[in-house]
Amino acid sequence: MKSPCQWNETVTLPSKNDAVFRNGDYNFAYLDEQTKRMIRRALLKAVAIPGYQVPFAAREMPLPYGWGTGGIQLTAALIGPRDVLKVIDQGADDTTNAVNIRSFFERMTDVATTTLVQEATLIQTRHRIPETPLRADQILIYQVPLPDPVSRLEPRGTERANMHAFGDYGLINVKLYEDIAQHGSVAMAFDYPVIVNGRYLASPSPIPKFDNPKLHMNPALQLFGAGRERRIYAIPPFTSVRSLDFDDHPFTIQPWDESCALCGAPDSFLEEMTVDDRGNRQHICSDSDYCAQRRATQPAHVRHQEAMP
Amino acid sequence: MYVAVKGGEKAIEASRRLLEKQRRGDSRLAELSVSQIREQLRLAVARVMTEGSLYDEELAALAIKQAAGDLVEAIFLLRAYRTTLPRFGYSAPLDVGAMAVQRRISAIFKDVPGGQFLGATHDFTQRLLDFSLLADGGDTVLPAIAGGDDDAISLSPARLARVYDLLEQRGLIAQEEAPADAPDPVDLALEPLHLPAERPTRLQNLARGDEGFLLAMAYATQRGYGGNHPFTGELRFGTVSVEVSVDELDGAVIDIGDLAVTECQTINQFHSSPDHPLAFTQGYGLAFGHSERKAIAMALVDRALCSEELGETITSPAQDPEFMLLHSDNVEASGFVQHLKLPHYVDFQVEVELLRRFQANAHRADATDEIPLPVERDRDLAIQE
Repeated sequence: MKSPCQWNETVTLPSKNDAVFRNGDYNFAYLDEQTKRMIRRALLKAVAIPGYQVPFAAREMPLPYGWGTGGIQLTAALIGPRDVLKVIDQGADDTTNAVNIRSFFERMTDVATTTLVQEATLIQTRHRIPETPLRADQILIYQVPLPDPVSRLEPRGTERANMHAFGDYGLINVKLYEDIAQHGSVAMAFDYPVIVNGRYLASPSPIPKFDNPKLHMNPALQLFGAGRERRIYAIPPFTSVRSLDFDDHPFTIQPWDESCALCGAPDSFLEEMTVDDRGNRQHICSDSDYCAQRRATQPAHVRHQEAMP
Repeated sequence: MYVAVKGGEKAIEASRRLLEKQRRGDSRLAELSVSQIREQLRLAVARVMTEGSLYDEELAALAIKQAAGDLVEAIFLLRAYRTTLPRFGYSAPLDVGAMAVQRRISAIFKDVPGGQFLGATHDFTQRLLDFSLLADGGDTVLPAIAGGDDDAISLSPARLARVYDLLEQRGLIAQEEAPADAPDPVDLALEPLHLPAERPTRLQNLARGDEGFLLAMAYATQRGYGGNHPFTGELRFGTVSVEVSVDELDGAVIDIGDLAVTECQTINQFHSSPDHPLAFTQGYGLAFGHSERKAIAMALVDRALCSEELGETITSPAQDPEFMLLHSDNVEASGFVQHLKLPHYVDFQVEVELLRRFQANAHRADATDEIPLPVERDRDLAIQE
């Protein structure tokens, strides 16, 4: 514990061991080594208690709160010189925020970056899980705006802490019930809450519920960072993740009648594009890497057949 | 064919160049220097230092220049830079009673020991646009006033007793003191905010809180949302010494420099409880530089946030620590409010899909005049535990 009115006994300066100064003004990956250690400790706790929101002292980052500072701090705490980083937003590597975060780490670490899922060791994402299955040697880092699914129903963090402590999730189940009574099904299409490891209620971040099944028993380590709300949580590899539902209203994901107009994928998450002023629409894979790899490896007539079953 | 607009590196680079051009403005005009901002926009510099939580006039001025005068953006720049600075240690508490005072007023006594000093203030300027400032070049020549030059008006740095201490001597108010076994104050730059928060933690949060937010909330308490009845016990602005004790020098106390600060202490409605004898209560505000609006607003909000400890009924947001402390920070608020500019294609798309499905359900229900039955006919992908 620090003592006020006194100098710390040991003055901590950024360490230079494996973290080479690439950019003379800043430590490797921006954060100082003390801060990285603090985040890693929080991460260990998060992995040990799957789904539990561990408070951590988020730092002010040079990107705004709400724009991925939680994910950025996790990436900064984990990234090493030999890592290969992929950054996606809405499933795509070329959205402005993904480009910006990737270029931030290129500036601050000089590590290799990629758009190919299979090449990446660290993947930072906003709003999607890649379609390509992940491996055990990969880490998926989610940017999380509001880590607690109950916050829409109970804004008070002090109250919610009690609910989590007692596993008292009646409130959210009542919301599900009311949705079904009113609309016939649950009125949540993204950020669909999950129970991790049979214990803690958690937000999967605002991914479409289409992606929720990928959370379950995923071989990769999944880490969630909420910078502004100062919380970190984790889904360790091969952990059960159950999307909230009832026995007579099982969780389901949204279907498409269409296939991807570019690669013909019948099973990926499709973005709807309005392509002319008359309102004609096309459906395209939101995962730009998945789509590009399919187009590169499949002859056109196969894609066409898949698109027109 | 497919024409989805996804920004790329080129667009971002072009945007940065455009921003830089716009910041510079008309290049036929001389560029604004950081030292000019520091000297001539001193109140903006004070706000950026206060809410940026870093006392450095030069860097604050640089941030204002870089942000093209957007102070919340400048505050953000300063905060982000502060993150990279190592923390060497903690100073001794400032002795604000020993301030070299440039301005000091009390609204509760006509005369106070040491006297009232108006100093530099906008308070009595009559707010008429001074068109003489339109003329470029040449300093405004101030007419001479009776009673000597400006230097003689400014105060000697003699110790001026705080009005508050005078009240305490008379037993009208009790200065809050930390118990001997109180833990060290939390450093909010290094630790997350935990609730309930002690008063030192709350004050830290308010000190870097957004001036506009605190102003509005303080104003609301005056109008009845939170029932504050404050008097300005004292408002003072000047410079104070920062002292640290250095272990390597056997704990010798060293003066490492001066800070300009504004301090406000309010006297509020009296109160009694088993723990507190009947006495006035207080609110406290402190800000870097000359920041009177911020200091007064902070003091009012501080007092409102003491409601629970004083056993008052909590009826308004300004009295609610969780509401106030989690929404006071403009770097957080600005980031999250503006993140709505980021793409939400995926989330919006699934919301559209959901709405269409519900609309179809409702339509079908109208047609058959029956209660809608669950019609989720999606692929059955229930997850096995």
